[in-house]
Amino acid sequence: MIVVDELHKSFGAVKAVSGVSFEATDGKVTGLLGPNGAGKSTTLRMLYTVLKPDAGHASIDGVDVVEKGLEARQRIGTLPHGAGLYPHLTARENIAYYARLYGMGASSIDGKVQKVIEQLDIADFAERRTKGFSQGQRTKVALARALVHEPQNIILDEPSNGLDVMATRSLRELIRGLKAAGKCVLFSSHVMQEVAALCDEIVIIAGGRVAMQDTADGIRQATGCDDLEEAFVRAIEPLDVDTGPS
Amino acid sequence: MSAIRAVFWKEVIDNFRDRRTLMSALIMGPIFGPVLFAFVINLSVKQSLSDASVETAVPVIGREFAPNLLRFLASENIVATEGPASRAEAIEAVKSGENDLVLVIPDDFGDDIAASIPATIEVVSDQANTQAERESRRILRALRTYNQQIASMRLVARGISPGVMRPLNIDTVDVSTPSGRSAILLGMLSYFFLFALLTGGMNLAIDATAGERERGSLEPLLCLPVVRDHLIYGKILATCVFMAISLSLSLMTFFFVLRFLPLQELGMTPNFGAPQAVIAFLLLLPFALLGASLMTLVASFTRSYKEAQTWVSVVLLAPTLPILVVSILMVRSTTELMLVPSLSQHLLLVGLIKNEPLNFLDIATSVSSTLFLGALCALLCARLYRREGLLG
Repeated sequence: MIVVDELHKSFGAVKAVSGVSFEATDGKVTGLLGPNGAGKSTTLRMLYTVLKPDAGHASIDGVDVVEKGLEARQRIGTLPHGAGLYPHLTARENIAYYARLYGMGASSIDGKVQKVIEQLDIADFAERRTKGFSQGQRTKVALARALVHEPQNIILDEPSNGLDVMATRSLRELIRGLKAAGKCVLFSSHVMQEVAALCDEIVIIAGGRVAMQDTADGIRQATGCDDLEEAFVRAIEPLDVDTGPS
Repeated sequence: MSAIRAVFWKEVIDNFRDRRTLMSALIMGPIFGPVLFAFVINLSVKQSLSDASVETAVPVIGREFAPNLLRFLASENIVATEGPASRAEAIEAVKSGENDLVLVIPDDFGDDIAASIPATIEVVSDQANTQAERESRRILRALRTYNQQIASMRLVARGISPGVMRPLNIDTVDVSTPSGRSAILLGMLSYFFLFALLTGGMNLAIDATAGERERGSLEPLLCLPVVRDHLIYGKILATCVFMAISLSLSLMTFFFVLRFLPLQELGMTPNFGAPQAVIAFLLLLPFALLGASLMTLVASFTRSYKEAQTWVSVVLLAPTLPILVVSILMVRSTTELMLVPSLSQHLLLVGLIKNEPLNFLDIATSVSSTLFLGALCALLCARLYRREGLLG
């Protein structure tokens, strides 16, 4: 369960996020949808405590991200935008390294790593060094290391970026699987179709503000557009779109 | 604590797997340095030993005018050979490098000597040519000796003691010991060792900070439920280990190479056996913490791997500065100077090679001040890692 309440963040004179609020509940997939530079990444970065909000609150399972950053981070698995791997370590070692840093006991690490390797269908290339991996393989490994400690909340920042059709499909399968397991999945994207295909809740962000939060059908109704893409454009129109870095 | 350990081991394994950079770090600095040093020393020793004992041939114009002088030169192992036809040709020959040096004896040489008129003799050489310069110095020395001998004989012939020409009898008493003399030469080694130490950890220091950011692996790392300080301490410790490896390799190479240096022929006996190598390692080791933290600190400020390399190279040169200043000013070792890192290691090492007794106060000062500054830098790094601007 992720609760975001009136978050504000500026970089110098640029207001990247100005008053974003939404909720992402367990057992649902929540999509953060918005054009480039809308403030999606900044919002997510505040959630996984890499950035500190100027104002407002956010909590993970009721744990405040600013006051108890360490504890909040323990409850999430994160796939930041363009997450890099260690090219000299194998896929398995990359995952095991994170498992150790999550503070998992030495006895349980091997089993947990093996489990997530099977879950994400990585076994074929688990023993290879990640140098030279395809984008799809890379994303899988990065996801695996984010999930190895079996977090209740999962935050993915544009996870489908650079993935081909097959890789995108298996990513969707995975996200659906996480949802079925009762996890809270929050992910950002600027691709309408993807959000529509996956999300139970859509939060449309533009110009650092929430333009709309509803189900896909709800958004269609509210904007009076059958086509979701049209609805998206309609929804962000009133807001200043081109502010801040992504 | 377990996070520090996890980061430490990951960085050590990661760096060991990066064969190419590891090779360049561990071969260039620690092994190449001492070998190059030995090569240069060997060459210069050979050059300077080529004096006196070796027979040298000198082209002479007008050999027939000074038979006595030539006989004297022969006794000094300088053999006169057929020279160019004329003085002008001699100058040309030296200019073109055909001859290093030509002795020109004018035809009135014998008459002038007999008449006690200062007799002219010319040494044609190229002062810019170092090889010729040494030859000409040798000839000049011989000529001066000959000059003295004739002067003394003339005085004796006139019933005057040659002693009147020498109001002073200058004698230098050299109190240096063979190991002390070797310290002049080996003194610069301390920089070699510090350099080797730093190069060993340089790549890791950059990779763990600027490299990690550039690769995009820093952000997910910071998302982990780990105190950021622990991440940076793990990285610094791993860097220290590679610096220590590099330092020990460098000391071992030097220990080995030293056996092949003809230093005894220069009257130098370096005091650098196995125990000294171990002591040197322990004396220099505290510098690893300072070097690792300093490099990590500098690399953390930079925006990219390349920029980090540029700035970290500056850190490589930093230890030279105090060493250089002190060797120019010829400062004697004091306990206060032991507060300055790199300088204190240099002075302690020179003392060790000179076979001076170990001063434990100095060692304690050096070790604690270097470790203190290293810890301070590490704390600063941790501070820097807490900033959110870190991700760039």
